[in-house]
Amino acid sequence: MIISPHQAIAAVLEIPAASAIGLSLLPGYVWPARINVLSCAATFLCATTLLFGGGHIEHYLFVDDLNVVFIVLSTFVGLTTSAYSASYLRHEIEEGKLKPAYVRFYHAMYQALMFAMNLALLSDNIGLMWVAIELATLTTVLMVGVYRTNAALEAAWKYFILGSVGIALALFGTILVYLSAQPVLGEGPNAMVWTILVQHAVQFSPGLLNVAFVFLILGYGTKVGLAPMHAWLPDAHAEGPTPISAVLSGLLLNVALYAVLRFKMLLAANAGAIRPGPLLATLGLVSLLFAGFMLYRRNDIKRLFAYSSIEHMGIVAFAFGMGGPLANFAGLLHMTMHSLTKSAIFFAVGHVAQARGTQKISEIRGLTASHPVLGWGLIAGVVAIAGLPPFGVFMSEFLIVSSTFAREPLLAIPLVVGLLVAFGALILRVSNLAFGEPVGPQRAVSASIAPLYAHLALVLVAGVYLPSQLVAWFRAVAEMLG
Amino acid sequence: MGRLAFDLAHLLAGSLVLLSLLMLYQDRMFSLIRIFAFHAIVLSMSVAWQAFTQGAPHLYITAAIALLFKAFIIPVSLHRIVVRLEVHREIEVVGGVGITMLIGIGLIALSLAVMLPATASADPLAREDLAFALSVVLLGLLMMVTRRNAVTQIIGFMSLENGLILAAAGAKGMPLVVEISVAFSVLIAFIVIGVFLFRIRERFDSVDVGVLEFSRGERQ
Repeated sequence: MIISPHQAIAAVLEIPAASAIGLSLLPGYVWPARINVLSCAATFLCATTLLFGGGHIEHYLFVDDLNVVFIVLSTFVGLTTSAYSASYLRHEIEEGKLKPAYVRFYHAMYQALMFAMNLALLSDNIGLMWVAIELATLTTVLMVGVYRTNAALEAAWKYFILGSVGIALALFGTILVYLSAQPVLGEGPNAMVWTILVQHAVQFSPGLLNVAFVFLILGYGTKVGLAPMHAWLPDAHAEGPTPISAVLSGLLLNVALYAVLRFKMLLAANAGAIRPGPLLATLGLVSLLFAGFMLYRRNDIKRLFAYSSIEHMGIVAFAFGMGGPLANFAGLLHMTMHSLTKSAIFFAVGHVAQARGTQKISEIRGLTASHPVLGWGLIAGVVAIAGLPPFGVFMSEFLIVSSTFAREPLLAIPLVVGLLVAFGALILRVSNLAFGEPVGPQRAVSASIAPLYAHLALVLVAGVYLPSQLVAWFRAVAEMLG
Repeated sequence: MGRLAFDLAHLLAGSLVLLSLLMLYQDRMFSLIRIFAFHAIVLSMSVAWQAFTQGAPHLYITAAIALLFKAFIIPVSLHRIVVRLEVHREIEVVGGVGITMLIGIGLIALSLAVMLPATASADPLAREDLAFALSVVLLGLLMMVTRRNAVTQIIGFMSLENGLILAAAGAKGMPLVVEISVAFSVLIAFIVIGVFLFRIRERFDSVDVGVLEFSRGERQ
């Protein structure tokens, strides 16, 4: 069956939207979980057809080389996470942690989140993009609080307040962008359409664009989890259901980063405006160093990897801030690798926490002895995320470090320090988790290991051999990012 | 018409800034809620005035939403929440009132200093409105930072959002303003419902991460 790009764009939005409505009506657990997976699979298939040619729906939606990377990645991780979430939820229901009514709600919200993220990525209109990111925030807030424990509600509330402030600042920035474009493009929808904005950015008032970018990077940067606006992120990751931690780290942070990148491109097109790169690179470097040191004091396994997400988003933001074909290429690759690896780690961590009945690192020992498949999967994931060869993260980090050394040797020093600090913390923690005598309760879990190993295999393959089409594609995007 | 349009728009936007300052030092919950309701009424008048001068009828919808939702429904429900949760006595303020007011004035000066030069080329009507709007946004942020109580934080957030709606209405011909104000109303409704359902009294301050992780270990 061949579908046109227009139909594919529509399908990528309509399938999750329709499933969200359908799943909110459907009781039970078994069928909704299956439908959730099926709908994610259908969305992913439609998204892959976008690779063969983009479409454009005037004023609202479009596909280009940049956002198609994000969409394919996002729908893919959405699919594997939905498969993982089926077995994760079954265990939570058996344990009585999650009431059946909340399961229905959870599935509906999962699809609503997919819809919101796809809409944010596809939107050509900066106002629509804002609305979509707000919707994505709302759905994840609701899912983070789904356990209804005090800690979960606290995390959801904190995420809500900080996320709302971020969203509000981003809207102010969006209004300012409109105002800077309005004298050139006239009143009305044109001055909010990204593809039109970027063509005429040369003529916009640089002063307004500068102020707008500060608000946008603070606003959307909050959602990326860049320090010092990261405070919501560890709580939201630790207290929500683990599939949501995987989606947050693997996808939602990317979506917010995508928004920042779009506005960065807009500013780069205006010669009079400040250069957006240094600001982004500074925030990235601060996040990397901060999170690197924070990793040492973590005793909650999900919090540990949440801080590691801050660290990696910092690296990605730094790479995009440096700019240039090589650093952009490396940033894009790193973002992809991080999404795949971090969600794989959360897949393993979720089952580990279920098997041991705790998230405390000090109470988990000897995973390789008690649950070899999960334990080794977790080790492989951590080795990959720490940046050891032969995994893909090593390659992207190597590219970022080497391009920084070539251009700004002084900046490479804090970068390497941050990477090494984080590396040390992760290896230290995982060796405690994985080896030694198993202690505490050992429960068997029917783990769904396929998503975990599928992600790890992809990361491994990317580290060993990158197909030339992929390299060419990422190069083209890197050129676009400037 | 031109002169009057200008002056009235400034009068209304200026009163919003003034009301935000008033909220900043208010230490009684019920009067805070009343001032917020007044804030929303002034916002709705301001948006309606923009709708009239710009000849943009869709902005009347935004004005109506502000009036109905934020000047009546939300204050009434907040009032009930305050009574129900028995938080009407405790307004905890971080730092003294004097310092907070000084910072507030500083923020207004900052927003004038940032916005006026940056918008030199923009439409004069939008230009000063934008400076006022930014002041309201920053004052709302300040209020969220200096209050620990969940209800006062919501009010801070809503006053911040009023600033955004003011900016959006002032931006001539901006599309999606109505949609955005609806999206915000949904957001606020969720916050209020959340506070009510889960009886959230305090902002969870987690500057001290150690304390948080300790309590987490006690779970189950």
